[in-house]
Amino acid sequence: MTLIALNNLTKKYGGVIANNDITFKVDKGEIHALLGENGAGKSTLVKMIYGLVQPDIGTMMLDGESFAPTDPRASRVRGIAMVFQHFSLFEALSVAENIALGMENPPKTDALSNQIRDVSLKYGLMLDPNRLVGNLSVGERQRVEIIRCLLQDPKLLIMDEPTSVLTPQEVDALFTTLRRLRDEGTSILYISHKLEEIRTLCNRATILRHGKVIGICIPKNETAKSMAEMMVGSKLKTPQKTITNFGLPLLIVKDLSLRSTDPFGTSLKDITFTIRAGEVMGVAGVAGNGQDELMLALSGEVLTKANSIQLEDNFIGQTGPVERRLQGLLTAPEERLGHAAAPEMNLSENTLISGFQRQKLGRRGFVNKLGAAAFAEKIIEKFDVRTISVGSAAKSLSGGNLQKFVMGREILQDPKVFIVNQPTWGVDAAAAAFIRQALLELALGGAGVLVISQDLDELMEISDTFTVISEGRLSAPRPIKGVTTETIGLLMGGSKEI
Amino acid sequence: MDISIVSLLATLIVAATPILLAATGELIVEKSGVLNLGVEGMMIIGAICGFIAAVNTDSPLIGFIVAALAGAALSLLFAVLTQYLLANQVASGLALTLFGLGLSALLGHRYSGIRPPSSPKMEWFGMAELPVVGPIFFNHDMMVYFSIFLVLMVWVFLKFTRGGLVLRAVGENHDAAHALGYKVIRIRILAIMFGGACAGMGGAYLSLVRVPQWTEGMTAGAGWIALAIVVFASWKPWRLILGAYLFGGVTILQLNLQANGFDMPVSYLSMAPYLVTIVVLVIMSSDRTRASLNAPASLGKIFHASS
Repeated sequence: MTLIALNNLTKKYGGVIANNDITFKVDKGEIHALLGENGAGKSTLVKMIYGLVQPDIGTMMLDGESFAPTDPRASRVRGIAMVFQHFSLFEALSVAENIALGMENPPKTDALSNQIRDVSLKYGLMLDPNRLVGNLSVGERQRVEIIRCLLQDPKLLIMDEPTSVLTPQEVDALFTTLRRLRDEGTSILYISHKLEEIRTLCNRATILRHGKVIGICIPKNETAKSMAEMMVGSKLKTPQKTITNFGLPLLIVKDLSLRSTDPFGTSLKDITFTIRAGEVMGVAGVAGNGQDELMLALSGEVLTKANSIQLEDNFIGQTGPVERRLQGLLTAPEERLGHAAAPEMNLSENTLISGFQRQKLGRRGFVNKLGAAAFAEKIIEKFDVRTISVGSAAKSLSGGNLQKFVMGREILQDPKVFIVNQPTWGVDAAAAAFIRQALLELALGGAGVLVISQDLDELMEISDTFTVISEGRLSAPRPIKGVTTETIGLLMGGSKEI
Repeated sequence: MDISIVSLLATLIVAATPILLAATGELIVEKSGVLNLGVEGMMIIGAICGFIAAVNTDSPLIGFIVAALAGAALSLLFAVLTQYLLANQVASGLALTLFGLGLSALLGHRYSGIRPPSSPKMEWFGMAELPVVGPIFFNHDMMVYFSIFLVLMVWVFLKFTRGGLVLRAVGENHDAAHALGYKVIRIRILAIMFGGACAGMGGAYLSLVRVPQWTEGMTAGAGWIALAIVVFASWKPWRLILGAYLFGGVTILQLNLQANGFDMPVSYLSMAPYLVTIVVLVIMSSDRTRASLNAPASLGKIFHASS
C-alpha cells in the first residue's frame, strides 16, 4: 500500500537545479531511507513534502489524493510530521510550550502535560514537561521533537539525520521506538548518511545524487561500501594510518577549569591531558558537553589561569590567540563561515585572519596583498580547493571546499600543535577522506593534533589516543586500540570509570 | 526643607506614566525579537499629533487615540525598512528618532504656548478623599490606570495565551518558528505597530497631561529611558512598573530638591535620573550569564526566510 507518491518533482533555486525529476514512493508501515551526499537534494525534497517550499514541476499524492501543501500547517493537518536536523526548538521555553507550538490545536497546559507524560511512558521517551529546553541534553531535545510529532498521530514521520548527535545507546533506544512506530503502521522517511544504521533499520533506500534519483535498493542486501559508492558515484579510498612513535610532550593541559558565559553552556572542570609530537588525540562527546568551551580556552579566545595550559616550555593560559599562533599553536573552529572564515571576504583576504603574523603577510599594519594572494594560491593548489580564483568570497565555496581551505590555511603554516573542532562536519565523503589524510600526514611530520569530533567512525579511523568529554569533564586519555563502541557510549553518557 | 511624601508619590506616578507606556510597547517589540531604537521619535510624534488633535477637537481622548495611530504609523515605516527591506535595525531605529524629532518640530511650530484641554480625573466613588491613599492612588486621570491595566494585559498575553507563546517563540528563535509555519514577519510587524502605538500614547501623555503644552524636543530622552527600563525589567512586564516608578521618583525628587533650593548645582540634580538609570543598568548586566538568560535570543537579528 502506497502512502505517499512523488511524481516528477523538480525544484530550481535561481539557476541551480536542487531536485531534478524525482519520482519515488513510500509504503505504509515502512522505514524508507533517503540517501545522498550533502547537496544531493535530500533537504529540498523533504521541505517540499513538509510544505516549506513548493515544487516548480511535478505532483504528490497522499493516500491516493492530491497533495500540494502551501505551508507546514497544511502538511501537519494531512498527517505529516518532521524532526529537524537542527532542532526547531526554543531554548528559553519549557518542554510543554515547545510541544504546544508545533501543534495545530493544543489542549490546555495541564492536559497537554499529561498527554506528554502518557506518550513518553508508552514509547520509553522519558521527559519532564516543565523543564526548560535550554537545560536539556541533545538526546532529550530530540525526544521533545519526536513527542511533538507523535502527539499529532502522524501517518508519515520525516527524520533528518536524527542520530548525528546521539550516543550509541541513545541510537539503540531511538531505533526501538522507530520500529515500534513502524509496526503500528506509521511510515518513516529516514534521512542519514550513516550507512550501517540504514542497513539495520530501513526496509528500502532511495539514493540521490546531484538532485536525481540514482536507484532504489534494499539496504540489507548491500554493504556500507557499495551504498557509499552509489552515493558518491566513484570508488572511495580510506586514509592510511601508519604507526608512529611519539616524541616529546608539546601541549600540556593541567586542571583547566573555565566557567561558561553562555547561560546554556557547559563549564569546563579540571581538564587534564598531554599531546606529544606525532600524536593524534581524539575527543569524542555529544554536542554541548563543553567542546566549544574547550576550543575557546585552547585557542586563546578565552583566557584561563596561566599555568593550566603549557606549550612546550611556556605557560600560555594568559596569552592571547595571536601570540599563541606565533608560538606554534594553531586552531580551526567548528563554524566555518563566520568563525574560521569571514563570509563576505575573498579567500586571499581570509588568509590574513590567521596568517597575518605567522606568515608575515603584512608589515607595520599594512597588508601585503601579493603575499596573501600567493599564500591563498598555495592553499588552493595543495589542498585541491575547487574555486574560481583567490578573489572568490568565502561564502561562495561549498562546505567541503571551504573546510579544505581552512584546514590548508592552518596546516600549511606548519603548526607545532593543531587543534580542530569537527573537521569534517557537513563535508562530502571525498573531501572528508582528504582532510583526514592531511591530519594524519601533519602528525607524521611531528606535530601534535587534537581532533574534537562527534563522528565516532572518524575518531576511530585517525586517532592514536582517545578521550571523551562529558559535562565539561575529560576522561583519562587511553590508546585507541581496544576501545569499543560500548565503552565510548558509556563514557559519553557520563560514566566515570570503566 | 519642605517636601511632602504624599504629593511626591502622587506626582511620581504622573512622571512615570509616559515612560511606562512606551516601555510596555517596547517590551512587546523586543519580545518578538526586534530592537526598535526609535521610541523617542515615536513618542514625540505622538506628543505633537495627540496635542494637535486634542486642541482642535477639545477632547483629550481623541488626542490619545490620534497619538496612538500616529505612533503606529511612524513605526510602520521602521517595520517596512527592517522586515521587508532587511535594513539594519539599529540604524533604522536611530533614523526614526531623528526623523520624528524633525517632523514633530515642523508640525508643531504653530502650537507652542497653547494649553490643551485638561484631562479629567477618574472618579473612584469619592475614594480620592481618603487620607494619604486617596491622593496617591485615586486622584489621577484615566491614562495612569490605563498604563497599569496595559501592563496587566501584556503580562496575561505573554504568560497565558497562545498568541503570547507564539510571539515569544518568534523572538527566541525565528528560524525554528518559521520552520513550524509561523509568519515571522507578519507577527513582528504587528508587534512593532503595537510598540509604536504605546510610544505615541506615552508622548501624548507628556504634552497633554504632564507638562501640559507643546515644546520642541519635549520628550527630552524619555524614549531612551523607556528602552533602558525594558532591559532593567529583564523583559518582565511587572518589573517595568518598578523601573518606571523608580525613574519617575528620582525625577520628581530632584525637581523638588531644586524647588527647595537644595545646595547643589542644578545640572547635577537634573542629571540624577539618567545617572541612576546607567548605574542600575550596569548592575543588572554585571552578571552576563543571567542577563542573557532573559533576553530574547533573536533580538536585533535580521530574519530572512532561506528555504
